[in-house]
Parts: sequence; structure tokens; C-alpha cells
Amino acid sequence: MARRITFQQAINEALAQEMERDPTVVIFGEDVAGGAGADGEDDAWGGVLGVTKGLHPRFPDRVLDTPISESAYIGAAAGAAASGLRPVAELMFVDFLGVCLDQIFNQAAKFRYMFGGKAVTPMVVRAMWGAGIRAASQHSQSLYPIFTHIPGLKVVAPSNPYDAKGLLIQAIRDDDPVIFLEHKVLYTVEGDVPEEPYAIPFGEADVRREGSDVTVVALGRMVHFAEQAAEELAKEDGIDCEVIDLRTTSPLDEETILESVENTGRLVVVDESNPRCGLAADIVARVSQEAFGDLKAAPRMVTPPHTPVPFSPVLEDAYLPSPQTVADAIREVAGAATAGAR
Amino acid sequence: MSAAIEKLGMPKWGLSMTEGRVIEWLVDEGAELDVGTEVAEVETEKINGAVESPAAGILRRRVAAEGDVVPVGGLLGVIADASVPDEEIDAFVADFQASFVPGEAEEDAGPAPETVTVEGRSLRFLRSGEGGEPLVLLHGFGGDLNNWLFNVEPLSGDRAVYALDLPGHGGSAKDVGDGTLAVMVGALRGFLDSQDIARAHLAGHSMGGLVAATLALEDPDRVLSLTLVDAAGLGEEIDREYIEGFIEASGRRDLKPVLQRLFADEGLVTRQMVDDVLKYKRLDGVQEALRAIGGALFADGRQRHVLAGDLGAYDGPLLVVWGEQDRVIPAAHAGACPERAQTTVLPGAGHSPHMEEAGEFNRMMERFLAGARAG
Repeated sequence: MARRITFQQAINEALAQEMERDPTVVIFGEDVAGGAGADGEDDAWGGVLGVTKGLHPRFPDRVLDTPISESAYIGAAAGAAASGLRPVAELMFVDFLGVCLDQIFNQAAKFRYMFGGKAVTPMVVRAMWGAGIRAASQHSQSLYPIFTHIPGLKVVAPSNPYDAKGLLIQAIRDDDPVIFLEHKVLYTVEGDVPEEPYAIPFGEADVRREGSDVTVVALGRMVHFAEQAAEELAKEDGIDCEVIDLRTTSPLDEETILESVENTGRLVVVDESNPRCGLAADIVARVSQEAFGDLKAAPRMVTPPHTPVPFSPVLEDAYLPSPQTVADAIREVAGAATAGAR
Repeated sequence: MSAAIEKLGMPKWGLSMTEGRVIEWLVDEGAELDVGTEVAEVETEKINGAVESPAAGILRRRVAAEGDVVPVGGLLGVIADASVPDEEIDAFVADFQASFVPGEAEEDAGPAPETVTVEGRSLRFLRSGEGGEPLVLLHGFGGDLNNWLFNVEPLSGDRAVYALDLPGHGGSAKDVGDGTLAVMVGALRGFLDSQDIARAHLAGHSMGGLVAATLALEDPDRVLSLTLVDAAGLGEEIDREYIEGFIEASGRRDLKPVLQRLFADEGLVTRQMVDDVLKYKRLDGVQEALRAIGGALFADGRQRHVLAGDLGAYDGPLLVVWGEQDRVIPAAHAGACPERAQTTVLPGAGHSPHMEEAGEFNRMMERFLAGARAG
């Protein structure tokens, strides 16, 4: 039965239920329990924001605090996955990817391919992403395009508690390495989540709102901005937006995007990652190539500028897309078509 | 205020409905209405439906415009006799709009589903209303208690109404054992015991009808009356494409056409309805449960249990309702019931007349239950 819990609780529940169901599921990471090797409180942290709190007391041998060496424990997770466990390694901030990139892109992502399908790597790397909490350039990035670029990785970024639980369960049960990205601003968002375990398949976008004028594609926190903009535009401008939450960037549900654009003829992509060689650029390129004949206006990308994430609160707010900038872009795409038709 | 003025309000369909959007008016201002005349098409998150007139009279005002979103209980229109002066109608509208406060989602949510554990299996149910002779509603294959969203409240004026999630369905436990009819009937009997319901009116849709009829034959003293809605158990045919399609559908694209087979008007299937069914289907254990039940009851597109010939042995009141355009179980099966059954075939409905022709269905049930009590 469904009840309302937060995004953070949904992640915790998915981990607990999968650990309960499958004894090969293990958790590695810095302070995922907290207090290891020291006197004092056990499970003191439960992860830097407390997402894994309570798991160590329930599964003491399977929630392992690691040294501060991402290359060591992400590598250990890849090896553990290749030899029969289902590790969930927590990278804390996705910005720390740099110190363990080889383990991810040149090891885990390649095992299945290089061993002719004889090796599987059922490994999950969990990490926080996104700007908006004044955490500065080194703890605020949206790096999913880097992972999406690498064949052999699956990349997930849920926008709400229901999806967070179902996609994390799918990630743990999946036999390939999965990068599971949790937007830190969304941790406190509440939603209806069934108590029972369930899995949401990868590569299935969620149409959050149906509409016939403009297709708005978004991911993570930007889904909420897109929905707010769509609501405002429906009321004030009579523009009827279809909002698509990608949920996974690899695999990408191209079919849902193309079907929608075929219907609307107009596309706006809202993407919190850097604009160059990013997700929005990728989707606009795919649509331009596959559905050029359906387009009634040039697609638009709503992204931050191509800069590091600013630490100054004023600049950070200006850097991020907002429901307002999304609505402006949608108006422009819709208006361009109207002007052309006149 | 003149007693001859009747409010046409936004109805509340199901627990979660807080507002609806007027898609289309079906009648013009000045039209003569009877009780039950369909006056407007309304779209909600879950389902689209027709608003029916609560009274006989003339539609004097269409207050809500097409496209307007109106909260539950809000004013759609005004019904009155031709003799009521326009000024009184205007005053009624002005008074209403000035004083109307939309219900808070929380306080307006009505009863919440409960759970009870019966023989180690958790069962979810909804109870609405108090006293009287209880009525228990049983959904069909792949359905749940929400299938009765248009019926639970309207039928609970004089009695307690229970809508149950059968094993493997809705919020009940997904363990269905071998998935046989005996498991379903056992769960129903256990549920009645758990609620201290000695005797009840039973109404079952599709597979739920088969479950209800089986209990009526096994325990006739417990069943005050039996209502079968597009029920299984009356003939061998059943749409294989529906059963197998429902079991196999793994995404919205496969599921939507399957759900559309349930209705004469395929436009009733909203995105939210498809999403809700998909959420259910993705719960751990549901695929296994549906396969087990489908295999035990409906293998190879044939119904395993045909009770039609035995139904004569049940001598309580019997109501049979079918949608004429049923694509899952043919309406001809209604004819297999004993002659004494009150049988109605509704032309505008498919497999789910309790949803598609909800107003008509509720009135029919209310009359039937009143008669069953008198008898």
C-alpha cells in the first residue's frame, strides 16, 4: 500500500528491501555507516546526509565503511560484482568521479564486452548531483553526460520518490554497472510510494503531463521546473505542454520523445548539465535528425551557462534554469510557430 | 431561497478526486432534464465520466464553461422549473459562489482503505457507510477496489459497503498459492468472518462474479442476494487477448490498448488509469500471481469454471447486469442465468458497466437491494 515518504526514505527503503531479499547485496562507501574504527556511536552518520542510516545495525556485515579512497572502493565494488556480489558503492558527491574514473569507465563498463558476455558486473554506484544548496563548484555538478557517453554503463536520475525506489531496485537487480544519481535538492521531496518492492524498467520515460503544443523533455530536478512552467503556460498563455521525464539517460527512451514531437512539432529540453556536448544537445540532435520533417520551430535547450557552478548564492540562482526561464523558452518555441503561420 | 432550485454540482468519483474539468456540455441551457439525464462530460485524473442530473427540471444556467476546472461540490449549473424567475436563479448562483468553500483534500478524502490479516494473508478493503445489510463488492481479474469508485459512496447511504482486494490484487498480499478459485473463495469467506459479517449482499464483476457465485452456491445462507456484472462463470468464452495481454503488458504502450478493451468508449482510459495499473503490475509478485490465476481460471482463452447450470440451486435474489458491447465476456452469457434473474443489458457499456454507466448501474442496484430486503 502506498503512503507518502521522502525521496531519501524511498532510497533507504529500496536498499533495505533488496538487502533483505538478496544476501549478495552489499554497501560500500565513506561513512555509509559512520564511526567505523572509532570508539563511540555506531551508525553515526549513515552516509553524509543520512540516506543509509539504519542499514548498518540491520545488516552489520554488509554495510562497510571504507577508507577515503574512491579508486580503492569503487574498484573493489567492480571486482566484487564480477565475482558474485551485488555491491552498491556510494561515491558521495558525483564530483568525486575523477579519482575513480578508470574503475568505472575502463573496467566495470568493459567487462561484459571484453569477456564475450561471460562476465557480468551487477554493480551500482550511487552519487549525489546537482546545484542549488550553496555547495560550490566541486560539489554541485551534473555529470550524467560523462557517464551517458560511455557504452556499457546505465545511467539513472530519478525526479521523485516513487521512481527513486523502483529504479534503484531495478539498478540493484540489473546485471550491468548502473550509475544511480540522486539530486540533493530532491531528498526532502515527498510522494506516494508503495510499501512493497517493485522495479521500474530502464529506458522508459515517464510522460508527466500530456499536451499537444510543445514537448518539454527534462530530467531530475528540472522535471519539477518543467511542470511548473507547463502549469503556468496552460493557465496564462493557453499553451498545452507535454512534459517528459527521461528517468534514464542510458538507455534513452527515444521513442517516447519522437512520438511526442511528431504530435507537437516543438521541442524544449531542460537540462541541468553543462550545455556543450551535453544531454540537451544530444536530444536536440537526435530529434533534428529523426523528426526534422515534424518540427515547426527550431528546438531550444534550457541549460546553465558553460561555466563552473558559482558559490555566490546570487550567482548560483542566476546560473540555474528556473521555471521562468523554462516558460520563456517554451513561449519562444510556441510563438515562433505562430508568427510563421501568420 | 426557492426549494424548486436544484444545484448541479461537481460529483466526487473515488477517494482521490478533488476536482474535475468540464470537457463538454451535453445539453443546452433550457433543456428539460430527468433524474439521470447525462448533462456534461467531466475529466478527472483517474477517469472520464458523465455527470448526471440529480433532479427533474430545466437546465436554467450552465455556470461552468467547457474547459473549466471545478472542485468537487462546486457549481456546474442550476436546475429549476420554468416558473422560477431569472433573478432568483442569479441570486442562487451568487449566494452559492460567495459561500462555497472547496473541501480540503484531507477532510474530503472519505474513508481510507484498511487491511486485515486472514489466514496469514493480508487483505486490503474499503468500508463506507454504516449498518443495514452489508454489501460486499468484488472486482475482476487484474482489478482492485478502486474499480468501484463510482459505486461505493452512492450505494452506502443505507448500508455498510465493503470493497475488497482479492488475493494477488490491489493492496492485498500477492501470494495466491496455486491461484485457484478455492483460494479466492476462501479469502472472501475469511474476510467476511474477520469483519463479523454473517450475511451479506454480494456483487461481483467479471472474475469477482465467479467468486461471489461460488460462495452463494457453497454457503447460500450467507448470501442475501447475488449481483453478477459481466461475470465469469456463465459460459466458456473469454477474450484470450485481454487475459494474456493484461498479464504480458510491461509498459504503457502495451497496456493501454488492453485496458481499452474493458470499455465501449475507449476514451475513458486516461493516462493516470494506465499508470496506476502499471504501478500495480510492477509490484513484486504480481506477475506470478496473475499468471497463476490466469492459468487456473482462464487458460487458453477458455473459462475453467462454468456454474451457469448450477446457479438454479441458489434461491436468493439474483441481479445480472451486462454491457452490451463487452469484448471480454460476451453479453450472451447473461442469458445462461436462471430465468428468475433480473437481467439488464446496457447498450452504452462494455465490460465495465459499473464504471461506464455508473449512474444507471447504481440506481439499478439500489432498487434491487431494496427489493431484496423487502423480500
